[in-house]
Amino acid sequence: MRWQFANDIKEYMNQGHLACPGCGGAYAMRLALKALGKNTIVVIPACCWSIIDGPFPLHCLEVPVYHTAFETAAVVASGIRAALDIKGKTDIEVLAFAGDGGTLDIGIQALSAACERNEKIIYACYDNEAYMNTGIQRSSATPYGAWTTTTPRENFKKERKKNISEIIAAHRIPYVATASIGFPDDLILKFKKAKEVKGTAFIHIFAPCPTGWRMAPELMIKISQLAVDCKIFPLYEVFDGVKYNINYQPKNIPVKEYLRLQGRFSHLTEKEIETIQKEVDDNWEILIKKTRI
Amino acid sequence: MKESLIYGKKKVVTGNHAVSYGVLLSKAEVIAAYPITPQTQIVELLSEFCASGLLKAKFIKVESEHSAMAACVGAAATGCRTFTATSAHGLALMHEMLHWAVGGRLPIVLANVNRAMGPGWSVWTDQNDSLSQRDVGFVQFYCESNQEVLDTTIQAFKIAETCLIPVMLVLDAFVLSHTSEPVDIPYQEDVDKFLPPYKPKYFLDVNDPRAFGGLTSPDHYYEIRYKIEEAHRKALKVSEEVDNEFYQIFGRKYGVVESYQCEDAKLILVTSGTITGTARQVIDEERSKGKRVGLLKIRLFRPSPISQIKEILTKAEKVAVIDRNISFGHSGIFCQEIKSILYNEIRRPMVFGFVIGLGGRDVVPDDIREIIDFTYKADYPEEMVYFRGVRL
Ligand SMILES: Cc1ncc(C[n+]2csc(CCOP(=O)(O)OP(=O)(O)O)c2C)c(N)n1
Ligand code: SF4
Ligand SMILES: [Mg+2]
Repeated sequence: MRWQFANDIKEYMNQGHLACPGCGGAYAMRLALKALGKNTIVVIPACCWSIIDGPFPLHCLEVPVYHTAFETAAVVASGIRAALDIKGKTDIEVLAFAGDGGTLDIGIQALSAACERNEKIIYACYDNEAYMNTGIQRSSATPYGAWTTTTPRENFKKERKKNISEIIAAHRIPYVATASIGFPDDLILKFKKAKEVKGTAFIHIFAPCPTGWRMAPELMIKISQLAVDCKIFPLYEVFDGVKYNINYQPKNIPVKEYLRLQGRFSHLTEKEIETIQKEVDDNWEILIKKTRI
Repeated sequence: MKESLIYGKKKVVTGNHAVSYGVLLSKAEVIAAYPITPQTQIVELLSEFCASGLLKAKFIKVESEHSAMAACVGAAATGCRTFTATSAHGLALMHEMLHWAVGGRLPIVLANVNRAMGPGWSVWTDQNDSLSQRDVGFVQFYCESNQEVLDTTIQAFKIAETCLIPVMLVLDAFVLSHTSEPVDIPYQEDVDKFLPPYKPKYFLDVNDPRAFGGLTSPDHYYEIRYKIEEAHRKALKVSEEVDNEFYQIFGRKYGVVESYQCEDAKLILVTSGTITGTARQVIDEERSKGKRVGLLKIRLFRPSPISQIKEILTKAEKVAVIDRNISFGHSGIFCQEIKSILYNEIRRPMVFGFVIGLGGRDVVPDDIREIIDFTYKADYPEEMVYFRGVRL
């Protein structure tokens, strides 16, 4: 695969950040800023990125950052947007960059409201499928079968992952997209599109966490690509909540190959893996149907 | 609405609308709010001002009070003059973001209509909502009249922006919020002269990309908090200066505290909010009967006007603090504060604490007379707190 943009465009994230090796969330920010550029203000709620950015008085991004409370990324971004607009600085983009916990759980109220108001902000959720900052507890983004410190192996997570992209698409905002750090050019293009949209753009990024997934850091890209090729995390866009567009045709690899690379799934029996495979296949069918509307 | 005709006139307005006019005259740039009785009229009128173009502000209709304060935080951090209003449960829900506004040194102005906390649901006045936020670091003003509400709103922006500390102004539910009084609406030019546009030194600026509010180690955190304390001390001085400057332009001043008939008083009542008006009338009557009683109104609660309070109260023999609030298991909150201010004084009065009027129960002149009589006769405050008017 040729990574055109990912390698070429100027960096806005510097060395010296505090992410673990192989952190998908760190790479996701790096790519997002390549797409958005200098005229961007970033809002970060409580999440691993509160740490990754670096301790006061240092920080690793070449754009202004406002660190805020866990559940407030979307609304603080809205406040910044309002202030920029009243000052006539409409050429500045506001990027809320939150984890799955800050998006699917505690921050969903403020996010839903910002979408309903169709705020001109970009909301990116880097999804590592658990609360990593606090030490790997389950979130509503944790998939069925996964171990976390609050879903121990004997009682692994039994609930399915909340489908945030569909929930946000139901707000009929102009642009919803899924993206993956395994597909950097696609991710960058989506952020560029998000910038052009008249209203709220939501980008759901698959962002592996080697630490929490009990996985070798060097697998970060491979696992991200596998998630797409196994149809666990399809790459698609939704325009105005109705028009679906699948960006990449998965290679249809069995989910088992994705699962067995990660310690968090190592306890699963064949039968449980079959359950996951069936769910993934069903979800894919549902998605395909939506593209035909 | 021909709003251009209102400036420089006397207008009969409710306490709530007095806040709205104050915000209009102060030219707030971003407003974010969520409805709650008895505050709602403040932001209803503001949204009309915004819709008509009279006020050139962005009004963000958020989905909760937590988000209202968070939106103000974002807007203030981007360099805008911001305002929100709330009450009771709304203020409680904001709690986390009140800390954020203070820690972020954001000069947000918040109007809180004092309303009792549920359950049971009450929409009537008491002070437990705002006093529960005592330690977040907001400056707090308690108002007695609608004119004071309007004037304090304008002063609040100036104090907040001079000290980089958010300010809460507090008015009693219904007694002020929904009661109409004649209020002088200042000329816009005068307010502009008094309150120039907000120009912060630090804000979210793409040409100077800094991080705000990130991970702060024990090596730095304490100093940052100490600077907040310094800002509070400054705010005490600035509040007096701003009040004086306001007087020069508008001819009205309030003081951070107001001492009424205290010079030769043996007994001084301490009040806040609208109970002050009732007490003032009773003091006049008692004086005409020859009783040496006075009244200390606390207008500025935080930062605490410690030396002003000491100077006035140490001359008295007895002090009766009237609290429309209760810190369960202890006493009224103003009473605790007064005691702590006086404790180290060699010559200090006895302090009697009275809790009264919770949940908006009327506090009438007879209640104040009873408190005065009781305190006069008592040799010593046997109880930490006396409850007035409990019907069990
Ligand atoms: C109101 C509140 N509750 C709890 C926390 C503690 N907390 C901080 S980050 C976090 C988890 C974040 O999870 P996620 O959003 O998925 O981001 P990640 O850490 O995985 O990057 C929690 C629970 C908090 N900061 N604020
Ligand atoms: S714990 Fe996971 S998400 Fe957090 S910095 Fe490390 S790798 Fe990234
Ligand atoms: Mg997470």
